[in-house]
Amino acid sequence: MNNKYMISFIAVFVLFFLAYLGTEALGLDVLFGVLIPYAALAVFIVGFVYKVMGWARSAVPFRIPTTCGQQENQLGFRQNTLDCPSTAGAVVLRMFLEIVTFRSLFRNTRMNFREGHKVSYNLEIFLWLFALIFHYAFLTVIVRHLRFFLEPVPKALQLLETVDSFMQIGLPVLYLSGAALLVAAVFLLLRRIFIGNVRYISLASDFFPLFLIGGIAFTGILMRYVTKVDIVSIKQLTMGLVTLHPTVPEGIGGLFYGHLFFVSILLAYFPFSKLMHLGGIFLSPTRNLPTDTRATRHVNPWNYPVETHTYEEYEDEFREKMVEAGLPVEIMPEEQPAEEAEADSPSEEKE
Amino acid sequence: MSDLPNREAFFSNIDHSIPTAKDWMDTLPVDIRKGIACYAGNPKSLEYVGLPNPRTWSCFDEDWQLPENWQQILHEGFKERLEKFRSFKVFMDICVRCGACADKCHFFIGTGDPKNMPVLRAELLRSVYRNDFTRVGKLLGKIGGARPMSLEVLREWWYYLFQCTECRRCSVFCPYGIDTAEITIMGRELLNLIGLNIDWIATPVANCYRTGNHLGIQPHAFKDMLEFFVEDIEDITGVNCMPQFQKKGADILFITPSGDVFADPGTYTCMGYLMLFQFLKEKYGLDITWSTYASEGGNFGFFTSHEMMKRLNAKMYAEAKRLGVKWILGGECGHMWRVINQYMDTMNGPADFLEVPVNPITGTRFENARSTKMVHITEFTADLIQHNKLDLDPSRNDHLKVTFHDSCNPSRGMGLFEEPRYVIRNVCNHFYDMPRNTIRESTFCCGSGAGLNAGEDMELRMAGGLPRANAVKTVHEQHGVNTLACICAIDRAALPPLMEYWVPGVEVTGVHEMVANALNLPGQNERETDLRGEELPQLEE
Repeated sequence: MNNKYMISFIAVFVLFFLAYLGTEALGLDVLFGVLIPYAALAVFIVGFVYKVMGWARSAVPFRIPTTCGQQENQLGFRQNTLDCPSTAGAVVLRMFLEIVTFRSLFRNTRMNFREGHKVSYNLEIFLWLFALIFHYAFLTVIVRHLRFFLEPVPKALQLLETVDSFMQIGLPVLYLSGAALLVAAVFLLLRRIFIGNVRYISLASDFFPLFLIGGIAFTGILMRYVTKVDIVSIKQLTMGLVTLHPTVPEGIGGLFYGHLFFVSILLAYFPFSKLMHLGGIFLSPTRNLPTDTRATRHVNPWNYPVETHTYEEYEDEFREKMVEAGLPVEIMPEEQPAEEAEADSPSEEKE
Repeated sequence: MSDLPNREAFFSNIDHSIPTAKDWMDTLPVDIRKGIACYAGNPKSLEYVGLPNPRTWSCFDEDWQLPENWQQILHEGFKERLEKFRSFKVFMDICVRCGACADKCHFFIGTGDPKNMPVLRAELLRSVYRNDFTRVGKLLGKIGGARPMSLEVLREWWYYLFQCTECRRCSVFCPYGIDTAEITIMGRELLNLIGLNIDWIATPVANCYRTGNHLGIQPHAFKDMLEFFVEDIEDITGVNCMPQFQKKGADILFITPSGDVFADPGTYTCMGYLMLFQFLKEKYGLDITWSTYASEGGNFGFFTSHEMMKRLNAKMYAEAKRLGVKWILGGECGHMWRVINQYMDTMNGPADFLEVPVNPITGTRFENARSTKMVHITEFTADLIQHNKLDLDPSRNDHLKVTFHDSCNPSRGMGLFEEPRYVIRNVCNHFYDMPRNTIRESTFCCGSGAGLNAGEDMELRMAGGLPRANAVKTVHEQHGVNTLACICAIDRAALPPLMEYWVPGVEVTGVHEMVANALNLPGQNERETDLRGEELPQLEE
């Protein structure tokens, strides 16, 4: 029995009730509304920076980009500058498209054994598609939430909200990003539960963020469309947080604190988890280095001298045989005392 | 081969269904199977190059005779490599286990063993990393995906790190570019710290260190073997193609994998080089030399550790410097070219005693190799053909219906796609590429790379080579392809048994064997046979 998603699911559930009951029953509004969010943000920033600095401290001894297209050449073959970028500009473009469009994931195929002992590889677009929806929906949701931290709300944000709700469903109008985030999170979750090999490789730490983000989207949607929380009070709280004059207005309700606690947990959890792929992608040596290794020497900061078998040692061992075979030598045998020291040698002419 | 089931049964028995009963961490101890695992490194070989813990042992033994503090050695080795290699550190941290890599690995496709999914191969190390180097991992233990190192885990590492050919195919599909080759390279480097190696790697390494080549061919024997080819060529063409050895002041030093000197069908590729160089010497006065000291293009040190790679690779620049050549030309080899393209200059450069490679015949300046100063032979030959400098009669290859196997390393560690294809199209008239998802950057490994080309792991090799063979079968059935061309000496050793098993009727050839068969040598006799001594198809009169 796979208990990894149950543990994650229960953990998220418990977290919600901690915040809900903590505020509704115990009145710990200050704790969940001010102290924890501040602490979580601090952990996020310090943890993120620390992690990235940790990676950056490690050396890049070799230039090892994965080349996925034709190399630079002087023979008139068209170079694939995007997948085999030999200049800094092209690398930036490769990275940009990787980060913005998930190009590598777009290549995804699905292997199948077909009748007649044929192996086929077909385009598999759904992981890419839902990953893209998931990330862009999340980004939109985050940007939209800036309205809680800015006064007055910038025009650009209002425009985004208009676009996000262009389908004019319901009242208040449905934001597509919120719904898309929830749908995509559910897709990614079901994928992990129902596709055999993905389930096999999944850890609890793969389920937990999905449940958590799903929980964030769900509580957010509940507040907006079902329980209709007091937006004015919430904005008072969030503006207080952002201006460093925290106030805790009455009557915000446990659901909101649950939502906020989820976000806090996500922030604090982020630097210690796989979510750091957000920072790591920028530092991935197989993607962020130019493919110009033969044209420009890459310097290894810890390159150290090693023991080698020099030509002189080689000739010393084989001189007689070389001379006999008519191979040129540096020192003719007569010039040195005859010495037939056969070095201890590995087995010869191994097949 | 005789131990293997017939190919229908082999194929039908591959089972990709994933176990549901147990978590992958609960499947220990791993069953190290004959036919999959390779024999342990010969202690003499380890001793010769100073590798740790030389002893006679076997992976099938209960006791692997490890040093007492092996866990400490591994832990400290792990730590050191996290600091030395950003790739390793980042790849330990950022995998989201999306599973995109899972069915991209030829070993997973061919064995169905879930631990051959690249993500899981990496998780074998990551789980220990989390336990040893992350607080969250230490705190949460197994539920956090962490586990402490143990003998059982070590056996699992060993088993699966020698079921990866470092082909980088998974890295193409990974949204973060996580490269299992990096993971395997580090893992094997760690295993080597406590004396866990395989003989198919350790002994070639020791040989190469001593004699200059993996096969342990001593200088006089190396010369003999090439002279033997010279005689064969003379029988077929009437032209003497005697090469030069260790010639000081030659223009170019030529280095190619020793496998091509040693065994068919690589030998025909080697004969191809000799004929091409003879043609260029006769026509244009090209001054090229071989060396018995730098007589290995390949580098099994790459499959051992970064340090061993550097130690073996050093011969190339050292010999070029001693001989005073202008630049180096490299033969057809896969991992050799990853090492040259992505490591050599960094490790053993700068090669400021060499000149930026210029083809003296065409004047082409190989700017893309201006620092490393080493040119791939298909770049060189393609350039000659483009300038119409070769006298070619492709009809002598008319009996060949050719497809091309992109070797992993020149593909995903270099981007060499058009050059070999251009050469092939100019020396033979029937060329058909395999399906798009199985070539170029998506090419499938021969299944025997990274030192796994042994005899005792034939089941693994046939499994790993299955996707490649299956793609060959497609063009074999569609177009009657009967020739699989490649630019790698390991391919030339590994693909013939693979074809024999999965796609009988397909021969394996190097690109320069076909070049030589098409090449008209000045003063040659009427050619009646190809380099293999097989009669040429009669010209229709």
